[in-house]
Amino acid sequence: MRISITREAYGTLLGWARQNLPLEACGLVAGRLADGGKEITRAVPLANAQASRERFGIDPREQLAAVKALRSEGLAPLGNFHSHPETPARPSGEDLKLFRDPAASYLILSLAGPEPVLKAFGLTPSAGEGAFAEEELEII
Amino acid sequence: MDLFVAGERKSFGDGITVAELLALENVANPEYVTVAVNDEFVDSPLGSERPLAEGDRVEFLYFMGGGI
Repeated sequence: MRISITREAYGTLLGWARQNLPLEACGLVAGRLADGGKEITRAVPLANAQASRERFGIDPREQLAAVKALRSEGLAPLGNFHSHPETPARPSGEDLKLFRDPAASYLILSLAGPEPVLKAFGLTPSAGEGAFAEEELEII
Repeated sequence: MDLFVAGERKSFGDGITVAELLALENVANPEYVTVAVNDEFVDSPLGSERPLAEGDRVEFLYFMGGGI
């Protein structure tokens, strides 16, 4: 799966992640499916219901409202993002257990180093139950 | 009857339940899915016998959370 994200959408999620430090930040990403890949043109910041440095959770009511708003603008929900303030941009053990939407891309932004690092991951059902793989991500 | 599933109009048999819709739509990992019908969340959707009605708007929302 190839994914592109616009600089504007990337700037939105990066700004939200920095604004929420030292807590984890989260939200949705949306855009359109194209040529077997995903074009992310929008990042939607949402509250971290866990208000934690090590966990995140999106309130289903906020999630529902955001999905409906995106759809009304003609945008397809494509996944979500969350930040890792102090750890690398890779799924934690808990992430691997809880990420269960086979259609979603799970973007993780690490702020642990001198420069932010954004990576995308997705379930790969063809590789077996619960298999997870990094997706090719380009900021355009 | 017609339902709007994730915003898309689809036809189903009259009176199907939320649990039946989850199965008919082949929702993967349904134990991680919250269901909203006309913006109201359904308790225990996997076993829900709540009947759906013409024009209902149904959303499947995967749990979104994680942690270390």
